[in-house]
Amino acid sequence: MTTLTALCATFATAVLLIIIGYIAYQGISSLSIEFITDTPKPVGEGGGIGNAIAGSAMMTALASLIGLPIGIAAGVYLAEFGKNWFGNIVRFVADTLIGVPSIIIGIFIYTAIVMPMGRQSGLAGGLALAIIMIPIVTRTTEEMINLVPHSMREGALALGAPQWRVSWNIVLPAAASGIATGAMLSIARITGETAPLLFTALNSRFYNFFYDQPMSSLTVQIYNFATGPFEVEHAMAWAATLLLVGLILFINIVVRFLTRKKY
Amino acid sequence: MESKISISDLNFFYGKEQALFDIALEIPHREVVAFIGPSGCGKSTFLRTLNRMNDTIPIAKVSGTVMIDGENIYAPGTDVVALRRKVGMVFQKSNPFPKSIFENVAYGIRINNIHSSKTDLSNRVEKALRDAALWDEVKDRLTTSAFGLSGGQQQRLCIARALAVQPEVILMDEPASALDPIATQKIEELVVELKRQYTIVIVTHNMQQAARVSDRTAFFMLGKLIEYNPTQKMFQNPDEKLTEDYITGRFG
Repeated sequence: MTTLTALCATFATAVLLIIIGYIAYQGISSLSIEFITDTPKPVGEGGGIGNAIAGSAMMTALASLIGLPIGIAAGVYLAEFGKNWFGNIVRFVADTLIGVPSIIIGIFIYTAIVMPMGRQSGLAGGLALAIIMIPIVTRTTEEMINLVPHSMREGALALGAPQWRVSWNIVLPAAASGIATGAMLSIARITGETAPLLFTALNSRFYNFFYDQPMSSLTVQIYNFATGPFEVEHAMAWAATLLLVGLILFINIVVRFLTRKKY
Repeated sequence: MESKISISDLNFFYGKEQALFDIALEIPHREVVAFIGPSGCGKSTFLRTLNRMNDTIPIAKVSGTVMIDGENIYAPGTDVVALRRKVGMVFQKSNPFPKSIFENVAYGIRINNIHSSKTDLSNRVEKALRDAALWDEVKDRLTTSAFGLSGGQQQRLCIARALAVQPEVILMDEPASALDPIATQKIEELVVELKRQYTIVIVTHNMQQAARVSDRTAFFMLGKLIEYNPTQKMFQNPDEKLTEDYITGRFG
């Protein structure tokens, strides 16, 4: 029995290692400074994905700016005050939203933002990512707060702390590392999203620092490279994938590092 | 006898379940009163009515009066925050905050804005730790995590934390039940020491402990107060047959 479960555990890990290894093998040869900083050029002239990296960063930043405060605040509400019918509805809706395929969120943003604006934009892409992010952050925040022992709250209440101060400076700090983990993991998750960006942010061949213009992203760029007809493009897709996977891995490692137990 | 706390007609319900029946009791100023009784007899529930900790349980309902210094703490408009500052509490399981030793004690001082300056804050923290007989053991590591302390030290830290806000009454809910005999002895010595400045109510399932530390003992069973007498009388010559049976270990 031990052997069998150990084998399954090895298999689960091995898959990740094989994927990373294969991506690295395929992608590493096309990586260069130029590839990271340059914009795409006509096939055969080299070029890079600098604008896609910038676009991904900008849209992820916008999504985090909107999604993290709303998600964390909603999670605090659910955990601290949400033991009622309204809380149950919010919980159910959030869980459903987590299960909605991300392309449907893309379609929703397309109808709600892109059509009235008349064009795809970084704003629309960021909003789509924010919508994906909010329910994840909400639920992890709630779970992390619920892990804080009730006795700790009682200890603070017994000292004459009002409810909001107990939430603010006992419960939240105690849950902070867990909440930060949830936040970072949701950032990693949206950085890897392609579907909701396909027809919201579209793509761009240029550096674009304005949210009202179409914006390139790593994932969409990989999709375009990978579906192109040329070998050179495929190689660039591999290299971009390596960058993306490396970035997500990096975020995960940073999370591990930042959330070591201090107390 | 000068009463600090005076309870009358106290009934307590968890939803439809009645947990306390018509409790009436006088707790004298600067004495130690012990509550004893078998598990589930309502002694902890009763203790928690004295600082309104049961308010955190949505289905809890209380009737009757609890007068502290002549004021009914269940009167409408009572400032629960001020009440809990006056009536401190130490719990069965030590519950330090995930902060440093210093910050644990400083927390209550900070939220109640008792201190006048940073030096004053440190002085108050030191005094509370000294009063809880913990200072010598932790003075060199005040900035380290409270979780690094032993169980007994953590419990004394929680006592220091309660003392730091200058309460007048301290409620202790089986404060030594999770501790080894030596740590228990320290807590008991501390209780006797603290009696000089504070009124103390201690719940315990350990009858020897009640006999050792308390001036008066109340015996509860099935939510009713069976007997309340000076501890010496209680353990030598109780009025009630039930008390005698419990104390001599015939049940419970």
